[in-house]
Amino acid sequence: MQQLGMGQAVNQALREEMARNPDVFIAGEGVGVSIHDNPMLPTAGLLREFGPGRVKDTPVSEAAIAGLAVGAAVAGLRPVVEIMFNPFFTLASDMIVNHAAKLRYLSGGKSTFPLVVRIKSGAGFGAGCQHSHNLEAWVAHCPGLKVVMPSTPADAKGLLKSAIRDDDPVIFIEDMMLYFAPGPVPDEEYLIPMGKADIKRKGQDATIVTWSKMLGVAMKAADRLAEEGVQVEVVDLRTLVPLDKETVLSSVRKTGRLVVLHEATRTGGFAGEICAVVTEEAFSSLKAPFRRVTGPDIPVPVSPPLERFYIPDEEKLIEAVREIL
Amino acid sequence: MQVSKEKKLEMLRSMLLSRRFEESLVELCKIQGKIPGMMILCTGQEAVGSGVCSALNPEDVIISNHRSHNHLLAKGADPKALMAEIYGKKTGCNKGKSGTLHLAVPEINAPCTSTVVGGGLPISVGVAFAQKYKNEKSVTVCLFGDGAADEGSFHEALNLASLWDLPVIFVCENNLYAGAQRYEEHTKVKNIADRAVGYAIAGEIVDGNDAVAVFEATRRARERAVSGQGPTLIECKTYRCRGHGEADPQHYQPKDEIAEWTEKCPIPRLRGELLSEGWITDKELQELEKEIEKMVADAVRFAEESPWPDLEEALEDVYVS
Ligand SMILES: Cc1ncc(C[n+]2csc(CCOP(=O)(O)OP(=O)(O)O)c2C)c(N)n1
Repeated sequence: MQQLGMGQAVNQALREEMARNPDVFIAGEGVGVSIHDNPMLPTAGLLREFGPGRVKDTPVSEAAIAGLAVGAAVAGLRPVVEIMFNPFFTLASDMIVNHAAKLRYLSGGKSTFPLVVRIKSGAGFGAGCQHSHNLEAWVAHCPGLKVVMPSTPADAKGLLKSAIRDDDPVIFIEDMMLYFAPGPVPDEEYLIPMGKADIKRKGQDATIVTWSKMLGVAMKAADRLAEEGVQVEVVDLRTLVPLDKETVLSSVRKTGRLVVLHEATRTGGFAGEICAVVTEEAFSSLKAPFRRVTGPDIPVPVSPPLERFYIPDEEKLIEAVREIL
Repeated sequence: MQVSKEKKLEMLRSMLLSRRFEESLVELCKIQGKIPGMMILCTGQEAVGSGVCSALNPEDVIISNHRSHNHLLAKGADPKALMAEIYGKKTGCNKGKSGTLHLAVPEINAPCTSTVVGGGLPISVGVAFAQKYKNEKSVTVCLFGDGAADEGSFHEALNLASLWDLPVIFVCENNLYAGAQRYEEHTKVKNIADRAVGYAIAGEIVDGNDAVAVFEATRRARERAVSGQGPTLIECKTYRCRGHGEADPQHYQPKDEIAEWTEKCPIPRLRGELLSEGWITDKELQELEKEIEKMVADAVRFAEESPWPDLEEALEDVYVS
């Protein structure tokens, strides 16, 4: 099996879908000629391969990029547009939140908007809160959008291919810190359906629900807990919307304990949604209160020790698991 | 009006300081782990911030962007506090929370910097509104790149500022690139300043490598602003001699283009003028350079020796639920 970073896996998904369907095009700031001349990055080489007709470098205008996607999608194309850093999604958000998400409904189901917005996200590169801000709960809160946050290169490839073929607008959030960490990716063509969580580790003592980069933290914590004889089950949501409630609920019914882990800040974060679902539907199987391990309710600071403090780590997760054992 | 010797010296000094400050950042960036995050420099563009700020009064406000070191130093920021902030230290002007990208120095009337491209433009309109509201005789300058003029915020800000005759000066640093996109690849109109017509405000194109020309244009715009004639859009034609950031190999920038513009560096140009006018001697120049060298070395030492912030400080300066 090939070993790829997530950036390369995304790149393969884009290449294969563009080759498969001439209606697929990509657009964004530097998706063709990028300041980063780096083959590990998601859109590297695509301009050379598909030409400037299908790989569109845009001006710095997120509203126009998002509007382009909305309009081109309703006119029959399959746009995959890029927002360079998650905070700049706010500039694109009118077109996505007020339009892409609502227009199929408003048309009584007659118009469809098959578009994908790829967003680079995550803290950990020392650039501060105007570049690092995990906003997945914002988009998940907005009816009409699907929200994908892969944790491994293989998942990223299979999920992006599904997202591109999906008829609904999909927000596809890539944590940049995952671009360079290689993982196995099947050589043959495959799709991963949206709305199917993945149990990345089996266990019976507690359930950790997580997604994206925090999966790595969960796996490390699970290894360490296993040394103490505690077997945690790690559920990787992969997509927040649609949410695979069944996998989460059946895991919690088995273990009786739940910790939700995400990098985004706590208040109004998606962990609250998971905990609510479990409380509503599996309350009687809970042997202890759930725990949330998240970023604190602050913007991401730049100073290295403060940024490390912001990002949840294994210590905090292990502590939370121990508290409810 | 003649530009005085003092003003020209002030501009030369601030350009030299900015260049030396950023040269030291280049060196520090090469040492792994010294400086977190991105490093975005303005080598070759110093005449803009230095020219603009020399034409301002201390109470005038500047709103800067991701390429802010020169703007802030020219406005009078303390190099020590800036350097410590860029390191992420406790003694930094923003206690390590901002780093290089969003430096805020309210003491010198640079209350915020936005690294969201185009973010500064509407904010500068608000500051100018407050100045007019309070009957102050001060102005606000927003410094932004050619790429920022592609954002909707540019158009919305100019329209509102024009409508209400606000005392704001929009200074576009057209350095020919927005990220890896060359000017012609992101904007079809030949000059950003041409857009002033669309908002019924004054527009000027200036040689952005001529600090004196930038100074004069800013002074004119300031006059207009304080006399109630509303905003001006100044476009400074300049060039980004280094990459977008220090991680940029500049593979898309023609080598001879970089060389040609390096020749047009604004610093030797003004230095030459001052020397030929007899307003500075070689010896005085050497002393000035030595003084600046020391200032920057002191700033680096200060940053190096400063402590990291305490972890609890991460939870300060914001409401935490
Ligand atoms: C809203 C937004 N979109 C994208 C970016 C990423 N980005 C940072 S600088 C830059 C290019 C800006 O070009 P320009 O305005 O010409 O300024 P310059 O860097 O040339 O000084 C881009 C796209 C950003 N910071 N903010």
